[in-house]
Amino acid sequence: MNMHSMTVRGKERYKSGVLEYKKMGYWEPDYQPKDTDVIALFRVTPQDGVDPIEASAAVAGESSTATWTVVWTDRLTAAEKYRAKCFRVEPVPNSPGQYFAYIAYDLDLFEPGSIANLSASIIGNVFGFKPLKALRLEDMRLPVAYVKTFQGPATGIVVERERMDKFGRPLLGATVKPKLGLSGRNYGRVVYEALKGGLDFTKDDENINSQPFMHWRERFLYCMEAVNKAQAASGEIKGTYLNVTAGTMEDMYERAEFAKELGSVIIMIDLVIGYTAIQSMAKWARRNDMILHLHRAGHSTYTRQRNHGVSFRVIAKWMRLAGVDHIHAGTVVGKLEGDPATTRGYYDICREDYNPTRLEHGVFFDQHWASLNRLMPVASGGIHAGQMHQLLDHLGEDVILQFGGGTIGHPMGIQAGATANRVALEAMILARNEGRDYLHEGPEILAKAAETCTPLKSALEVWKNVTFNYESTDMPDYVPTPSVAM
Amino acid sequence: MRITQGCFSFLPDLTNEQISRQVQYCLEQGWAVNIEFTDDPHPRNNLWEMWGLPMFDLRDAAGVMMELDQCRKVYGDRYIRLSAFDSSHGWESVRLSFIVNRPKDEPGFRLERHEVAGRNIRYTTKSYAADRPEGRRYG
Repeated sequence: MNMHSMTVRGKERYKSGVLEYKKMGYWEPDYQPKDTDVIALFRVTPQDGVDPIEASAAVAGESSTATWTVVWTDRLTAAEKYRAKCFRVEPVPNSPGQYFAYIAYDLDLFEPGSIANLSASIIGNVFGFKPLKALRLEDMRLPVAYVKTFQGPATGIVVERERMDKFGRPLLGATVKPKLGLSGRNYGRVVYEALKGGLDFTKDDENINSQPFMHWRERFLYCMEAVNKAQAASGEIKGTYLNVTAGTMEDMYERAEFAKELGSVIIMIDLVIGYTAIQSMAKWARRNDMILHLHRAGHSTYTRQRNHGVSFRVIAKWMRLAGVDHIHAGTVVGKLEGDPATTRGYYDICREDYNPTRLEHGVFFDQHWASLNRLMPVASGGIHAGQMHQLLDHLGEDVILQFGGGTIGHPMGIQAGATANRVALEAMILARNEGRDYLHEGPEILAKAAETCTPLKSALEVWKNVTFNYESTDMPDYVPTPSVAM
Repeated sequence: MRITQGCFSFLPDLTNEQISRQVQYCLEQGWAVNIEFTDDPHPRNNLWEMWGLPMFDLRDAAGVMMELDQCRKVYGDRYIRLSAFDSSHGWESVRLSFIVNRPKDEPGFRLERHEVAGRNIRYTTKSYAADRPEGRRYG
């Protein structure tokens, strides 16, 4: 691309009228991003005939200081510092008409510890800009100086494991089904059966709040009876994600306080409550020793299409800063969107202290997390015991595997469904630790474990051919290429 | 009842051979294995008694298996578990923990309910065995 700065300087720069964005100082190909800069990577699709450099400079401008015309009031400020600077534009591989634009933002543009402010700056204005056909925020590099202004996950993976007293294996959960219509009493039954059968957690679904068929207090009371009974029956710590999502913060705090009073170890919120509400609940969770589960309700409206919106890897980064402990991040093998390499990128963002650039996983920047707590990814949606070896291989050990239908839909009942999942998991971990090639021997390992576990045998039989093989709509743009040996 | 704490409680009790392979896995990861025992397996009792210190700098699982054998001779009527500690930055906690010995009879827990205002209930989990003094709880 054009590698020369076109910035007009001095008096000419501030002459009244309209000046192209690339001439206003929003395209600076020589700019070296500072360690303290926030860097955003956008996928820009200009309208036909629009210069990609100008389109990218416009994104930088409209997401920082610019408006459509020159304003003299810029001269009252240190404007050059506050201008976002697009410093690199390149064509997206194999995608005609699309360009990657790297844009650096000075740290002073952002309020410390506020996702609302960060997102209002970066995605607040520019996505409807007319000269663009489409725009997608692909990734962000968050400087350590900025990361340190956030609380981060209220509990974190290590402390969650210590509190739950569960080490060395993925945790197991299930979402109560049917999603809607169960009374509090019936709902508690499902929770009890699943937990007693061997799951660690059960979960409210995203739209279980407080409806005519079951008000929230009913649910909380019956659920905690189920949790305590299952704890006594197994000798293990159990939990159920009580969804405190509500219409106002006051209602959410009331529900969270009640969950605490009842002795719950975990509460849950939906992504749709908004970034500020999420940060408030994360602070509440930290103050009250509560694990905070986030259901990413609604994200697919803006994360799924490759040419427009915000990538889920950005949402995952924002949520790690915001301070939730769990986030749904894909299953690879289940019923919902997620190609393996992209999903791997999300999981690394949640769990690692340092993410090196890995273009083949869609990770565009080196990201230091500065010891911010780790965020536990959750795999949920269309998974079952027969896939245990694949799940362990794709997702690793620090993950919550949630088998909703795969527990409750078991032909011998919910307890049997839970037991099947737990036995399959423990058998797979045992085999992995023994050094076996569990991915290839998976079906054998499961069949052997099923010899002493009828529920597992029956689960393997019922779901043996269930897979969801559809093409992903969101994949990395880069494929690994062998490095050139010199 | 069968207490299902730990990583492998839903499988048939592990043989010494199987335990040894898990220990070897832990040592190969650079984790220190500790033997712990208790006759108070309340789900929130994280402080099981330590059989010596975590075995740092060990290479061969046989060392742990020898200690486990000694521990079983003395406390074979109680719960014994192995826990592996990872000292690497950002974790600095247990990585794997599993039960390797159980009392012959596992009496389990009673759930006590104390009814208070507003249909609320205060729950207490009590171990049947813990009503007796330590050391006289099983058999």
